Amino acid sequence: MGFFNRISEGLSRSREKFSEQINVLLDRGPDLDEDFWDGLEEALILSDVGALAASDIVEKLRDSAKRKALPDAYSVLDMLYDHIADTFTPADEDVFDLEEAVVLFVGVNGSGKTTTVGKIAFDATQKGRRVLLGSADTFRAAAIEQLEIWAKRAEVEIVTRQRGSDPASVCFETIERAEASGADMVLIDTAGRLHTSEDLMRELEKVVNVVRKRSKADVKTVLVIDATTGQNGLQQARQFNQALDLDGLIVTKLDGTAKGGIALAISHELGLPLYRIGVGEGIEDLRHFDPHEFAQALVGDFAAKPTSPSTSPSNS
Amino acid sequence: MLENLSQRLQGILSGLRGKGRLTEEDIDQAMREIRRALLEADVNFKVVKGFVENTKERCMSAEVLESLTPAQNVIKIVLDELTELLGRSDSKLVLGSRVPNVIMLVGLQGSGKTTAAAKLAYRLKEENHTPLLVACDVYRPAAIEQLQTLGDEIGVRVYRGDGKDPVAIAREGVQDAIDNLRDVVIVDTAGRLHVDEDMMDEAANIKRAVKPDQILMVVDAMTGQDVVNAASAFAERVDFDGVIMSKMDGDARGGGALSIKQVTGKPIKFISSGEKPDSLEAFHPDRMAKRILGMGDVVSLIESAAKIQEEEIEAEQAERMLSAQLTLDDFVDMNKQIRKMGGVTKLVSALPGGDKALGSGQVNEDIFDRMVVIINSMTKKERQRPDILNGSRRVRIAKGAGVEVTDVNQLIKKFNETKKMLKQFMPEQDFAPAKKGKKGKKNKRRRSMPALNGMSVADMKKMQDMIKNMEM
Repeated sequence: MGFFNRISEGLSRSREKFSEQINVLLDRGPDLDEDFWDGLEEALILSDVGALAASDIVEKLRDSAKRKALPDAYSVLDMLYDHIADTFTPADEDVFDLEEAVVLFVGVNGSGKTTTVGKIAFDATQKGRRVLLGSADTFRAAAIEQLEIWAKRAEVEIVTRQRGSDPASVCFETIERAEASGADMVLIDTAGRLHTSEDLMRELEKVVNVVRKRSKADVKTVLVIDATTGQNGLQQARQFNQALDLDGLIVTKLDGTAKGGIALAISHELGLPLYRIGVGEGIEDLRHFDPHEFAQALVGDFAAKPTSPSTSPSNS
Repeated sequence: MLENLSQRLQGILSGLRGKGRLTEEDIDQAMREIRRALLEADVNFKVVKGFVENTKERCMSAEVLESLTPAQNVIKIVLDELTELLGRSDSKLVLGSRVPNVIMLVGLQGSGKTTAAAKLAYRLKEENHTPLLVACDVYRPAAIEQLQTLGDEIGVRVYRGDGKDPVAIAREGVQDAIDNLRDVVIVDTAGRLHVDEDMMDEAANIKRAVKPDQILMVVDAMTGQDVVNAASAFAERVDFDGVIMSKMDGDARGGGALSIKQVTGKPIKFISSGEKPDSLEAFHPDRMAKRILGMGDVVSLIESAAKIQEEEIEAEQAERMLSAQLTLDDFVDMNKQIRKMGGVTKLVSALPGGDKALGSGQVNEDIFDRMVVIINSMTKKERQRPDILNGSRRVRIAKGAGVEVTDVNQLIKKFNETKKMLKQFMPEQDFAPAKKGKKGKKNKRRRSMPALNGMSVADMKKMQDMIKNMEM
């Protein structure tokens, strides 16, 4: 399958790492003893899925193993794919496929919001959508210039104001312009902010409220989260979700060794779907998310074939 | 900062405190909980394992278990191991004798290098250096403009070069510093993944070209388990000297900070919190360890107090405070200074047990604002001599401030309490306004104050130091 190969570019390293982890466990033999379950939980923790999700997954697996009287560790690991995939919240709709939508990208500093907006703008334009960008990050030095460059690369229009101006007014203007020009997809980049900064979170709330009031099209908020983020990602997501009532997630920087396991915990706890994953700095380095493939890429395909551990790059 | 971790550990340890005798099982249980708390704080798995093994082994020794205060001993061991983990000694930024000195910043994308570069430049400028910022991030759109903007804001020259070849820009930047009489060069490089061979080569090439005196890796405090992979790869390829932990103003449990030293042997040099240029602080492992265990970071508090004192407080006022002859004007000033130090919340959190008080909602920042409003409704004379405030004056003040008389009464009560507290704090009541005289030993008596329960003798000493600082 072509898609899986592409996603593998970024995730193969994660998979190898994870495979190593599990293979060490397997070397101990396929006994389903306490050590095995503890080790499995540890391996999951190492992937940043978080203690809660990790123990949840292990608990479920353990339960099934007993009920189905699974013979050995390998068959249990087989089930791990499904369990991980099931832990993700499925998406009811793809916000980037709606006929008309205003999507706001929010997140902490440095998570990759601006880059993601650029990639999505490119992708949507390729598909024939009429895209308009709004640069509501009026705070960070050169953030507007950064988005302008992405707009140029993706060949889409962009609405900007001076640095320091009111982000809500930029959004207002962006929507007006979109309605005037007939753009059917409005992407708004917001300033990065730590979820602990009450003032900035209130500001963002106001921005989103302004957009929700003004826009006739559906308004969606997407949290952009860095794959290297640890357990704090959950707290970030909780706060952003509480303030904005998020619609979904995008995980970026999956091309490193970070496994992005925190996305699982966030999706699981807050019931948020993953719309896309970012796997590089190039304009095309954005992939659709598929929970099964993510799970496979995360865990690796060694488990089913104990004779050739982690050799084949893909099992599709 | 690190609040959740410290809460967890404090909870675990206070569970031990309640016990007169500790069994091996108690220790086992506590260590399991510590392991879990550290893991949830993103401390690297291997580091956690080592930490728990060492700590457990030391705690299980006969001397600890059979001592009269086993819990105290366990806490001491945990503190000790935690300090070991974070690094024994402070690791300052040492500038060499070479002019210009070159500092190079490396890190993953979005870790905060450009912001950290500007903060570092600002800090050096404050220390009377003349830094130059060199923009070597030619990849991320508008990264160079970002550095230029930040440089302009803090009044530091930025060298941009042709914006194409990072190695050449770095080399020219050093020359530019020589030509323009700059004594420190800060090279801001592009964010790169540690698995990106080409980019890691480039970082190594920049290093070879400018031979930095210091290479600092900027690491996001929110990074998870993967931080050690990245840090190890950077250590191998560019052999950095220390770490700047960024985004420490969030509520990340900062396990990465705890792990890097252990895994790579590279110390944390600075912690960076916030977007303002002056928010880069030196990192003190011992203080951080104490803070994580809820023992408060009184030393840092004193330092920030001393810094503000120097700027603000006039000698006369300080003396009045020392002799506990506080006026309501001083009360307002104190409030202002507390704000300068980051507000009551920060102040209280730096005190032993402060985190707990904050968590249970015992601290209310607004209360101080209301106090100021009431004080502002008083006449000058009333502020100087609060004892003349009789019933009718209080009614007038309450009307002026738009509050009830009871609020005014409460303020006066609080004021008198503060005055009393200050008296208790002073080594001696009839403190001579002279600037000399050793006092360390004099304050033997310890009175516990409501907010400061559970202070150790050592912390008390630091409080004295704070007062010493205030005297100057």
